[in-house]
Amino acid sequence: MGLLFISPWIVGVLLFSLFPFVASFLLSFTKYNIVQPPEWIGLDHYNSIFTDDPLFLKSLRNTGVYVGGSVTIRIVLGFALALLLNAKVRFLGLWRTLFYLPSVVPIVALSVIWLYVLNARAGLLNSLLYAIGLPRYRWFADPDIAMIGYLIMSTTWVGVTMVIFLAGLQGIPEEYYDAAKIDGANVFQRLRRVTIPLMTPTIYLNILINIINAFQVFTQVFIMTDGTGGPRDATRTYVLHLFDHAFQYLPPQMGYSSALAWILFMIIFFFTAVIVTTSQRWVFYQGGENGA
Amino acid sequence: MTAPSVGQTGFLQRDPIFRLTRITGRLLLYGLLIVMSLWFLAPLFWMFMSSFMPLDQVGVFPVQWIPRVWMPENFTEALRFWNFGTTFRNTMLITLFSIVGDIGSCTIVAYGFARFRFPYRDTLFLILLATLMLPFAVRLIPVYAAYEAIGWIDTFYPLIVPNFFGNAFYIFICRQFFLGIPQDLLDAAKIDGASEVRIFTKVMIPLAKPAIVVIAILSFQNSWNDFLGPLIYLKDPDLHTLAIGLYKFTSLPGQGGIYNQQMAASTMMVLPVLIVFFLFQKQFIQGANISGLKG
Repeated sequence: MGLLFISPWIVGVLLFSLFPFVASFLLSFTKYNIVQPPEWIGLDHYNSIFTDDPLFLKSLRNTGVYVGGSVTIRIVLGFALALLLNAKVRFLGLWRTLFYLPSVVPIVALSVIWLYVLNARAGLLNSLLYAIGLPRYRWFADPDIAMIGYLIMSTTWVGVTMVIFLAGLQGIPEEYYDAAKIDGANVFQRLRRVTIPLMTPTIYLNILINIINAFQVFTQVFIMTDGTGGPRDATRTYVLHLFDHAFQYLPPQMGYSSALAWILFMIIFFFTAVIVTTSQRWVFYQGGENGA
Repeated sequence: MTAPSVGQTGFLQRDPIFRLTRITGRLLLYGLLIVMSLWFLAPLFWMFMSSFMPLDQVGVFPVQWIPRVWMPENFTEALRFWNFGTTFRNTMLITLFSIVGDIGSCTIVAYGFARFRFPYRDTLFLILLATLMLPFAVRLIPVYAAYEAIGWIDTFYPLIVPNFFGNAFYIFICRQFFLGIPQDLLDAAKIDGASEVRIFTKVMIPLAKPAIVVIAILSFQNSWNDFLGPLIYLKDPDLHTLAIGLYKFTSLPGQGGIYNQQMAASTMMVLPVLIVFFLFQKQFIQGANISGLKG
């Protein structure tokens, strides 16, 4: 009876997860352009990716910058904002709504908006920098800082992380803080010794989810650079590179793209495994059971 | 009993230095909150304002916030190049069917996981959670090739049909909810002679309404905002969605400079989402919360 209820998902997981998972692995050893049947070429794609594709390393590095930067921004800023809102502020619901609002805006619209926020000549960000007496930047033209523009844009989604942290903070019993105060702990000691340890399960899950998502950054870069990852590939992300081979090249290089996809899968898997195994050392579960 | 916290006891609050630091602290706190709200809202506010500006005002440095003259014709002009009606209808169609599919499949599957014992149930549930970590790039190519093979390119099916087979994350949300419903309620229904299907439709579904609303909202957001799916599956301009329409409108050759109309177009796409957000704020926040607790 239970199997009957879950049967839609079983069909779904076979069709939309297991089949593509296995098929893309097999395709990665073939030359495949959709029109003609795949042709087995062994490890050729992997060979050329590692020895003959300078854009592979470049896109990996760009993606690494985005992962490192945006995950740090989301965790640190999200946690800081949640702490502010947890300090018994008035109109808590209003602030939470305001901070969360940008994350619900469709990413295409956000990209169009941020094209002008980061516009060198008349953009919002340069206007702000000018107003506080800082130099202006050519966010889209200068390869050295082009990724930074996307990191600044990634603050848009801090609200999501903040909301999750806030819910976690609100779950910490007041008694713990009272006990710490009686022991003479100041604000910073309470943060370090009470709040952060109790929040580690939430921090852990957020790092995990955000890293997995950040590795797949694609849409905003595609829209804002019209699919080029410019200037001079300085914002070409890994998934953009992969997308290029599958959907922008003629003839399409689906096999090559599948090999790139599998390398990405291995990279994400590696990071997930490292975070999960090291988590036992720094994640603190109340009562020993999974707090989540 | 809760011990009285030091900050609330009387003798400190009467101490002028304590009160002064407390007031500065509060001022600093609200100052920071205001600065951060401005940071988050300024881009959206500017989108809205500049969509009414004359073109030359959009390019002024430093940025101007209030339209010199209000030009609602930016919207009608944008609509001349941007087939809003068609893209809006297509997006609505895809979104509605996706929501129906997601709610139907996910509640049924979640009920199966929450209320029955069967072989390998826990293993299967672990597999379900594991699929959440599978990058979309790995699925992309085989799934695309399969749709191509069965002639589904340039149809809405690739964007709708998968939703009828359950989404791992929504199933997770719904299962958590079902697990929270007391078993006594189901036992009572069973004693009254209700069948499993009847219990599911007459008892569980009405009780699960809050979870269903959260799923509906996440599903709405997902379909309305989706870019990559429509980009690769819908080539015929008559099938384009709002997301693709807006992208094409802003990247049209020769349209690069009409910022005010592009902002008007963006405003038209964003507005429905903001309306839904304000109507269902609580559920949006709940959805975000549950997504942070999964695993």
